[in-house]
Amino acid sequence: MALLEIKGLKTHFKTDDGWLHAVDGVDIAIDRGETVGVVGESGCGKSVTAKTVMKLIDMPPGKIVAGQVLWKGRDLVPLPPEAMQKIRAKEISIIFQEPMTSLNPVFTVGEQIAESLRLHEGLSRKDALDRAVEMLKLVRIPTPERRVTDYPHQFSGGMRQRVMIAIALACKPQLVIADEPTTALDVTIQAQILDLLQRLKDEMGMAVMLITHAMGVVAEVAQRVVVMYAGKVVEEAPVQALFAHPRHPYTQGLIRSIPRIDLDAQHKVRLEAIPGTVPKLIDPAEGCRFAARCKFAKAECTQATPPLREAAAGHRVACFFDL
Amino acid sequence: MAGSTPASATPERASPRSLTPWAEAWRRFKRHRLAYWSLWVLGLLVLGVLLGPLVYKVGINDIDFQARLAPPSWKHPLGTDDLGRDLLARVLYGGRISLAVGMAAMLIAITVGVIIGAIAGISRGWLDAALMWVTDLFLSLPQLPLLLLLIFLFRETLKNLFGLEVGIFLLIVVVIGGFRWMPVARLVRAQFFSLREKEFVEAARALGASTSRQVVRHILPNALGPVIVAATIDVQAAIIAESTLSFLGLGFPPDIPTWGRILYDGRDYMDLAPYWVLFPGLAIFITVLTISFIGDGLRDALDPRRVL
Repeated sequence: MALLEIKGLKTHFKTDDGWLHAVDGVDIAIDRGETVGVVGESGCGKSVTAKTVMKLIDMPPGKIVAGQVLWKGRDLVPLPPEAMQKIRAKEISIIFQEPMTSLNPVFTVGEQIAESLRLHEGLSRKDALDRAVEMLKLVRIPTPERRVTDYPHQFSGGMRQRVMIAIALACKPQLVIADEPTTALDVTIQAQILDLLQRLKDEMGMAVMLITHAMGVVAEVAQRVVVMYAGKVVEEAPVQALFAHPRHPYTQGLIRSIPRIDLDAQHKVRLEAIPGTVPKLIDPAEGCRFAARCKFAKAECTQATPPLREAAAGHRVACFFDL
Repeated sequence: MAGSTPASATPERASPRSLTPWAEAWRRFKRHRLAYWSLWVLGLLVLGVLLGPLVYKVGINDIDFQARLAPPSWKHPLGTDDLGRDLLARVLYGGRISLAVGMAAMLIAITVGVIIGAIAGISRGWLDAALMWVTDLFLSLPQLPLLLLLIFLFRETLKNLFGLEVGIFLLIVVVIGGFRWMPVARLVRAQFFSLREKEFVEAARALGASTSRQVVRHILPNALGPVIVAATIDVQAAIIAESTLSFLGLGFPPDIPTWGRILYDGRDYMDLAPYWVLFPGLAIFITVLTISFIGDGLRDALDPRRVL
């Protein structure tokens, strides 16, 4: 049994113009200790999927219309808020994108790491703060004994993200959802944070759901990749298979739009882009959502929605054609 | 594990002593000269009215017909009133009541305002709408006539229940505080609206914090700065309101002096004994002015966008 199994999840938002289908039938499974990358461009429903798993969606205007989020076989969707509070941070935790604003400015970082420990493990203030020092050491903050009493404004962006990771890992969860953990950081710090996340994952044996729009990050860290487009999963494959043989035209476009430092300098090739933008997700019509931007699109693409089908072992794609 | 990059290239550099947000606010407050000196003046004033009557042992109701309406002298530093009662003793004693009324009314206004504002700010929909409707209702009431009416209605009941001084004190404090919470409630609600969307509140939710914990630990401490500033404004407003009520003869009874009450008693003798109204008036003026400056300084000190 998978650790987390998202089945046919649909999260919609009520707007003045109609229902926005942010997540529209997503299936993702994550095994124990596995790193799954979820990629896609902005607005394709990655973050909403993550927040739905944690049930952090404001309802209203949000609504889980259909589907299940099976956590160790138990469906989280109908769970009451109190039961969900016990799962958050203790079993599943999340690292947010914005380290600059995700820490409370009026408390020391130590107190913020200690908070989840006191909430979930009932530690005393003193014990929790001692553990906070250990956590800071774990995320390689120098002189943790001293930094534990510092306030967030005394930390740089990269260090704050390390603190966020320390908070997320404090209760030793089995799954960490990293929602674009490196997007707000510069490239060298990105590499450090990914490296840290990778090492901590190996040490603590947790599963990671890494949400990102950077294909490079996924290639480096993930074992399996889920490609999302306009609220749907369009392709899912082991990482090598995906990069070696992308089957969905959207994935192909994504991979081709990665700048290649080895080719560009000699050949002066123009970087490829996918034409057009993500379609409007308010009351979308039937049919493949990528059809309007797809150079292989045929008439049938706009008439029926292609189902996710097994194209090769462990490689699933939502396209009618074998490309 | 050993190869992982530490967060900073210079780990041994001694980090500057970390300042708590309050220590930082105090440092910034001290830069505001006017507010800083106002704090000293107000402090002396408060100390004076607290300790003054212990040192200056002249009874507030000692009548001396030999020295009626006497101008300031060594015997009576601030002069005497029409019954020959020493004005310094009365101003010092009256200051206790005026300041106590100011503080107590402020606490009531802030407590009610924070609670109503917080509930409205965190709940959406009908509860928020209903609470704001009540706030608007209170804001639109004609306050002074209503104050007078309330005092007429409840004065005797409370006097019988708690005794003269305590009864009147409670009545005045509740009535003044009860009409000052609305701006605080609106302020807190507005703060909550912006704070509850902040990432760190969502992060707290992601950690499994209940709604009440999010409010008490994460939102409220961040909303306190403006509330503290509002509190200083409420203290001065309450002192002035008490003076107004006393001046209208609806505050404390004549034998209990407050600054407003002394003003009221002295108004008929302004030509004969101007010092009678001058000194309590000056006391109110200095208190309100210094509190204003302190509020100003606090606003600057607690506003993180300002560089001081």
